[in-house]
Amino acid sequence: MLFIDYSSAFNTIISTKLRTLGLNTSICNWILDFLMGSPQAPAYHLVLEGILILWIIRLLFSKTYKLQERSDLTEKEKEDLIEEWQPEPLVPPMSKDHPSLNYDIVTGPPSHKIIVNGKECINFASFNFLGFLDNERVKQKALTSLRRYGVGTCGPRGFYGTFDVHLELEDRLAKFMKTEEAIIYSYGFATIASAIPAYSKRGDIVFVDEAACFSIQKGLQASRSFIKYFKHNDMEDLERLLKEQEIEDQRNPRKARVTRRFIIVEGLYINTADVCPLPDLVKLKYKYKVRIFLEESMSFGVLGEHGRGVTEHFGVNIDDIDLISANMENAVASIGGFCCGRSFVIDHQRLSGQGYCFSASLPPMLAAAAIEALNIMEEDPVVILIWFRFFIFMYDLVNKYFQIDSYSAVKSVIGEVYAPALHLQLERSSGSRDTDVRMLRSIVDYCLERQIALTLARYLDKEERFLPPPSIRVVVTIEQTEEDIEKAASCIREAALAILK
Amino acid sequence: MSIIISSCSRLPVLHIICELLVRAHVPSPEWAHSLYAVQHTACNGSSGLGLYSRPFIESFEETPMLVAVLTYMGYGILTIFGYLRDFLRDWKIERCHVAREREEQRDFVPLYQDFENFYTRNLYMRIRDSWNRPICSVPGAKVDLVERVSPDYNWTFDYTGKVVEGVINMGSYNYLGFAENTGYCADASAEVTMKYGVGVASTRQEMGNLDRHEEMEELVAKFLGVESAMAFGMGFATNSMNIPALTGKGCLILSDELNHASLVLGARLSGSTIRVFKHNNMQSLEKMLRDAIVHGQPRTHRPWKKILILVEGIYSMEGSIVRLPEVIALKKRYRAYLYLDEAHSIGALGPGGRGVVDYFGLDPRDVDVMMGTFTKSFGAAGGYIGGRKELLEYLRSHSHSAVYAASMSPPVVEQIIASMKCIMGEDGTTLGRDRVQQLAENTLYFRRRLTEMGFIIYGNSDSPVVPMMLYMPAKIGAFGREMLKRNIGVVVVGFPATPIIESRARFCISAAHTKDMLDTALSVISEVGDLLQVKYSRHERLIYDQIQD
Repeated sequence: MLFIDYSSAFNTIISTKLRTLGLNTSICNWILDFLMGSPQAPAYHLVLEGILILWIIRLLFSKTYKLQERSDLTEKEKEDLIEEWQPEPLVPPMSKDHPSLNYDIVTGPPSHKIIVNGKECINFASFNFLGFLDNERVKQKALTSLRRYGVGTCGPRGFYGTFDVHLELEDRLAKFMKTEEAIIYSYGFATIASAIPAYSKRGDIVFVDEAACFSIQKGLQASRSFIKYFKHNDMEDLERLLKEQEIEDQRNPRKARVTRRFIIVEGLYINTADVCPLPDLVKLKYKYKVRIFLEESMSFGVLGEHGRGVTEHFGVNIDDIDLISANMENAVASIGGFCCGRSFVIDHQRLSGQGYCFSASLPPMLAAAAIEALNIMEEDPVVILIWFRFFIFMYDLVNKYFQIDSYSAVKSVIGEVYAPALHLQLERSSGSRDTDVRMLRSIVDYCLERQIALTLARYLDKEERFLPPPSIRVVVTIEQTEEDIEKAASCIREAALAILK
Repeated sequence: MSIIISSCSRLPVLHIICELLVRAHVPSPEWAHSLYAVQHTACNGSSGLGLYSRPFIESFEETPMLVAVLTYMGYGILTIFGYLRDFLRDWKIERCHVAREREEQRDFVPLYQDFENFYTRNLYMRIRDSWNRPICSVPGAKVDLVERVSPDYNWTFDYTGKVVEGVINMGSYNYLGFAENTGYCADASAEVTMKYGVGVASTRQEMGNLDRHEEMEELVAKFLGVESAMAFGMGFATNSMNIPALTGKGCLILSDELNHASLVLGARLSGSTIRVFKHNNMQSLEKMLRDAIVHGQPRTHRPWKKILILVEGIYSMEGSIVRLPEVIALKKRYRAYLYLDEAHSIGALGPGGRGVVDYFGLDPRDVDVMMGTFTKSFGAAGGYIGGRKELLEYLRSHSHSAVYAASMSPPVVEQIIASMKCIMGEDGTTLGRDRVQQLAENTLYFRRRLTEMGFIIYGNSDSPVVPMMLYMPAKIGAFGREMLKRNIGVVVVGFPATPIIESRARFCISAAHTKDMLDTALSVISEVGDLLQVKYSRHERLIYDQIQD
C-alpha cells in the first residue's frame, strides 16, 4: 500500500518568513501545525476525494436537467409535426353492396297495401298495428289542423311553440292512461332518451334488462349513471343485483341515502317480442325501494283491454310505475312520443328534458292526428278485441309453420301470444353474421316477389350493447285478413325451404 | 362542471360569490354548459386577413358597471328571499304548491335533491308566465294567444277561454314566413296528407323509406350545393344521433363554448375528447388545434385520429355569425374536419337563402358536414346533413336515426320540398327570393332602429336573431308582460340560458313582418324600454354608417 507522507511535504517552509509577513506567533504556529502535523492518508483516499470534488464541480457548472423535454419543441419542429400529421378520413370507406346501404323504396303511402321497389305487396313490416296510418278520420283531422295551424311550429315549447293542440293531447294522454300528467316530445326516439338523464345522474344506479332497446341505451349513456345489466326477463338475476347493492349500501349508508336507483324495462320488448313480468318487478320495487321506468312503445295501444299497455294487461296499478314512456309512431301511427306518470315526476322534464326544452315542438297536425287516434281507441274498444283474435290466430299459425315443422330451418321467436311484431331467426346460424343476414335478406326478397312485404330487423352491430341475432321482423296489423296472414306464413316457409336447403 | 366564467372581469369577487350562490341551485349543469359565457369585444371591424368579402360587424357592448352591481344585488335579494320562503314552507307557515312524493314512496331515495329545484321554485316561478304561452293559430307574423291567468302566482294556470288576437310575433323562428296555412306550401302539404297519411310507422332502413323522402333529399343536396344529403325527423336528434357516427374514442372535438345543447350531447355521446374554445374566437381555436396536433392525446401522446370542429352558423342567444372564412382557413391548414350547424342560418342568410356559406360567398364543399334544420326558415320540422357522397353513404348505414327512429312524416316532407323549391325559384315565382331579401332588409332596419334608441343589442348586424340586453332578473318578467300587454309577443331569456348577469330579450325578425308591424313593435319596445329603463347603451354607434359606405 502506498502512503504519502504529508509531514515531509512542507518541511522546507521557513517559518521565519511567515513572521516577517507580520503575522503573530500563534497564527504562524497554527499554520505550520496544520501543514506539517497532518496524519498520513492513503493515496486511494485522495484519488477518491479528488474525483468527488471534480464531480461536484461538474454538477455545479453543467446545465440544469429538464423534465419536460417537449416544451423544447421549436416552432420549426411544431410546424413539422403539424405538416406530418395525417388524420383518418372523416368516415371509413364503404363497400357499395353494404347490406344497409341500399334502402327499399316505398312508392305511395306505407299502408296495408304497399308498393315496395315497384311491386305491390301486403305490408307485414310497418308498425301500423291499428291501421290508423290510412284511417280517413285521422287524415281528415290532420288536414283540418293543417288548415288552421300550418305545418311547423317554428319554435320550442318555451318560445311560442306550445299550441292548444299540444295541451289537449297531453291532457288526453294523461286521461287515457289514467295518470296525473303527460308530456309530449316531438320525436319518439328522443322521449325515453331524454327522460332517463333528466332523473338519473352521475353516481346513480340503473338496473336495465339486457334486451333494452337502443334509445334506452342512449339515454343511459347520456345520464352517465352506473349501469347494471340483468339477464333478459330474469327476475332472479335482477334480485341478485339488487341484493348485492343492498349489501353495498349497508357498507356505506351515507352514500346510499343520496344514490337514486332505477329499474328500466320495456313493456313489450321490440328486440325479443316478449312481455316484461311487471307484477314481479313491482314487488321488487317496493322490496328494494327502486323506481321503475317503463318503455311502452310496442305495447301502447296493443296490450290491455283498452290498449293502455302492459300495466292494464297485468292489472298493475299505474301509480306504482314511476314513469311510462311510449312513442306515438307505432300503434298511434303519428310522430313523436310521450311520458306519463305522477306530476311530481313528470313535471320535472319540462325544464330538464333536453329533447323537450331544446327542440322544436311537435307539428300541431301530428298532435291532432294522435288525438283522433286516441278518440277511436276510446270509442271503439272492439278494435283491440279484433286485434286479440289476430294474435291467437298468428300464434297458432306460427306454431304450425315454424315451430313444429322440422323441415323449416327458420325458428320463430315468439315469447308471448300477444306480440304483434315477432322475429324469425335462423334455426342454425352459419357462423357468420354477414352470411346469416344475406340468407335472411334472400327470404325477404323472395317474399317481396310474391307480394309479401317483410323487413329485416336492423341494428347497428358495433353500437348495440347486446346485439340480438339477425332476424326477419313480421308485423301483424288489424288490417290484414286471415288469408293474408296464412299466405304470408306459407310464403315465408316456402322461401325458407327454397333458400336454406 | 366545465363552466367558464368570463363575463365582466371588473368584479371578480362579487361575480363569483353570486355565481356560486345561484349555481348551487341549478338543476343540471348541462343546461348551462352549452349556452354559457360570452366574449366582450367592442365592435370588431372586418378581419385583417382579407378573407371576408363583406364587412363583418359584430358588437357586444360591455355591461355598464352600475347595472352589473344592481343585477348582482337583485339576484342576492332573490336568493335571500328564496331561503326565507323555503324556511317558511318547511315550517308550514307558507303554503307549499310543489307536487309531493306519494306516501308509499316516502322512504325511497328522494328523486330530487332538496336544493336542486331552488332556482325553479324561487326565481323561475315568479316570472314563469313569460314562457310556454300557448298559441292557437299559425305562428306567423301575427299570432293568437290563449289567454291564461294564474290564481296562485304562477304555480298553476287557468285558461279563461278567451283568445288574445293579433299579437305581433317577435318570438317564433319564422325567418322566411313559411309558417302558413294557405298558399303553395300548405296546399301541397294538404294533398300529401290525404294521400299518405301522417305517419310512417317504420324506420328508414326498414320499411319507412318513401319516394318523397328520396325526392326531398335530392332537393336538399341541390339547394346546399353538396353531393348528397339526408334528412332526419328532429333537428336536435340530427346532431345528437349523427355526431357519434362520425367520431369516437381517440378523436378530438373542438366545440364553440356557446354551441347548442344538441351538439354538446352529440359530442358527449360520441365518446370523443371534447375541448371548448372561446366563442367565435379564432385565436383560441387555432391555439387548440396546434396544441392538439403537436401534443397528441393526453398521457399516451398518440396522435389524434381526427379532429372535428363544431360551430353554428348563427348563435341563437348571441345573434353572432360564425367567422366562417377564418374557420375554413384554419381547418384546411390543420387538416381538421368542420361540422357546421346551420339551424338558424339556413334560409335566413345569404343572397340565395343558402345559409352562412352563401353569405360569405364560400364553397360548400369546404365544409365537411353541413347540418341544418327545417324547423325554422322552412316552417316544417326535422333536420338534415349534407356533404360528400362517401359521408352520406356512411351515415345512411350508420346513423342512429336511420336505423332506430321513425322516418319523417310525409306532409312535413312536402312542406320542406315546397318551401325549398320556392326559395330556389323552382316554383316559377320570385316569391322565395323576395322573402330572403325582405328578411335582410327587415333585419338591418330593426337592428338600426333599436341601436338608435339606445338599447344594447348583441350580435352581427346581418343576423335576424336580435338579442336586446335587460340584465336584471326583475326586468325579464316585466319586459315580457309589458310587451304582451301592448300586444307584442317577445321571448325573454335569463340564467341558465345566458350568463347570470346577461338576461335579455330576443327578437326574431321574419320576412313576413311588414314595415308597419316593425314600426309598431319598435315604438312599443321604445315605450317599454323607457318605462323599465333598459336603454343602457352609452355608445354613439357608427357601425351602420360603415355599412352604408
